[in-house]
Amino acid sequence: MENQVVELAYALDTFYFLVMGAFVMWMAAGFAMLESGLVRSKSTVEILTKNIALYSIACIMYMLMGYNIMYSGTESTWWPFAFDILGSSDNTAAEVIASGGETYYSGLSDFFFQAVFVAATMSIVSGAVAERMKLWSFLLFAVVMTGFIYPVQGFWKWGGGFLDQAGFLDFAGSGVVHMCGATAALAGVILLGARKGRYTPDGKAVAMPGANMPLATLGTFILWMGWFGFNGGSELIVSNVAEANAVALIFVNTNTAAAGGVIAALITAKLMFGKADLSMALNGALAGLVSITAEPLTPTPLLATIIGAIGGIIVVFSIVTLDKFKLDDPVGAISVHGVCGLWGLIAVVFSNSEANLGTQLYGAFAIFAWTFIVSMIFWFIIKMIIGIRVSEEDEMEGVDISECGMEAYPEFVNK
Amino acid sequence: MKLITAIIKPFKLDDVRETLSEIGVTGITATEVKGFGRQKGHTELYRGAEYVVDFLPKIKLEIAIDDELLQSALDAITKAANTGKIGDGKIFVSDLTEVIRIRTGESGAAAL
Repeated sequence: MENQVVELAYALDTFYFLVMGAFVMWMAAGFAMLESGLVRSKSTVEILTKNIALYSIACIMYMLMGYNIMYSGTESTWWPFAFDILGSSDNTAAEVIASGGETYYSGLSDFFFQAVFVAATMSIVSGAVAERMKLWSFLLFAVVMTGFIYPVQGFWKWGGGFLDQAGFLDFAGSGVVHMCGATAALAGVILLGARKGRYTPDGKAVAMPGANMPLATLGTFILWMGWFGFNGGSELIVSNVAEANAVALIFVNTNTAAAGGVIAALITAKLMFGKADLSMALNGALAGLVSITAEPLTPTPLLATIIGAIGGIIVVFSIVTLDKFKLDDPVGAISVHGVCGLWGLIAVVFSNSEANLGTQLYGAFAIFAWTFIVSMIFWFIIKMIIGIRVSEEDEMEGVDISECGMEAYPEFVNK
Repeated sequence: MKLITAIIKPFKLDDVRETLSEIGVTGITATEVKGFGRQKGHTELYRGAEYVVDFLPKIKLEIAIDDELLQSALDAITKAANTGKIGDGKIFVSDLTEVIRIRTGESGAAAL
């Protein structure tokens, strides 16, 4: 009988990983819709292609090398090089029972759950470099990011490396996923330059409105729902009362942080610009979600809402500030995931007594420095080999034509 | 024969079409256009960046018409498309040298 319970718990927790992983996979659709809604119609096909291709690259690179780099538990706490391709073997029932329930999930379910996080990280970059980057340059960077850059810093925290040992806390990845992705995006945006005509000679930002607000909104809702898997699944176990309750609280906090982010961003936009800005409200939801991702378990729902709301305020200011620095980010990815990712790491200290502001900042700095420097190096290498920016002509006509040879809405007359 | 080109506010299309049918006009072509006259645009903000909305959506109607019907058509359009507010539009009349019905090959007034 006891063996049956152990096996059942194993099955339940494995199932939990798989379903939560599927939720996070669904976020890929969310990113695709959000980004295609916020770029102009002449860039839609290219960004959709990037999204589905990067997801696939992430899954393959993580299988080929990333997962084992991140989780093989090598001796060094900062250089995890263990090159290994994912195999198909898994725990046997006998092993599980012999472990007394300590082995409580399928190894492959853990791979699946982790792989979709890599894809999420990579998709952050796609929006920031939209409308002017060469498709294949981006995909080449995706290979490096998902196979190497992400796994190394992921090992530092989740693989038991030096950040984990220092007491750095990052529950579901405000730093490891969101800040990491945004930092790679920032390096790309700096090297790439802004879209033509985006800033006037005297530094004023020129509006380039997104082509499809319904898609952007749909994408945001999909990401919101997927985040229940992102944060909820990161509890890693559900099969007893305490853990089931923890998961429930995580779902509630995740949801309410997003809600706080929306309202705060909406009000901030209204006060700053005079009218409600839907695109800011959407970014606000995501900002709230990113903000709570570092610690969705220990806050009360009220505190989670406030943390999300502060993220919603920060994101609006960040978006405007990036424009002042002529850093062109068509979807606000750097602000949502980077700036609010940092805020999320800091906010941990407000509810988790084991957290320490200095250690959180230390972790943030390590992730930022590694990702920024290595990304910059690889962006630069790619720029030297095949270039990263499309020609001015191609940019005017639209990357859909130059990179993909097709239009998203061929029956409509477009510019 | 004359060609009437009328720029009207989009929501007035149905009213204008109905009124023209009533006086016996049997063919209209409508296109979605953008334009402005003395109706100024306005400035909006998108993510904190200003953009000027100069060109406003309008509908352009092209009607090939017999000289006899011209004046009643002009009156019909003017009445139906009028809201009294700025931006109601304009009507242009030009000479039409030839009209051909593609299906039958008829030309001139018979093709109208």
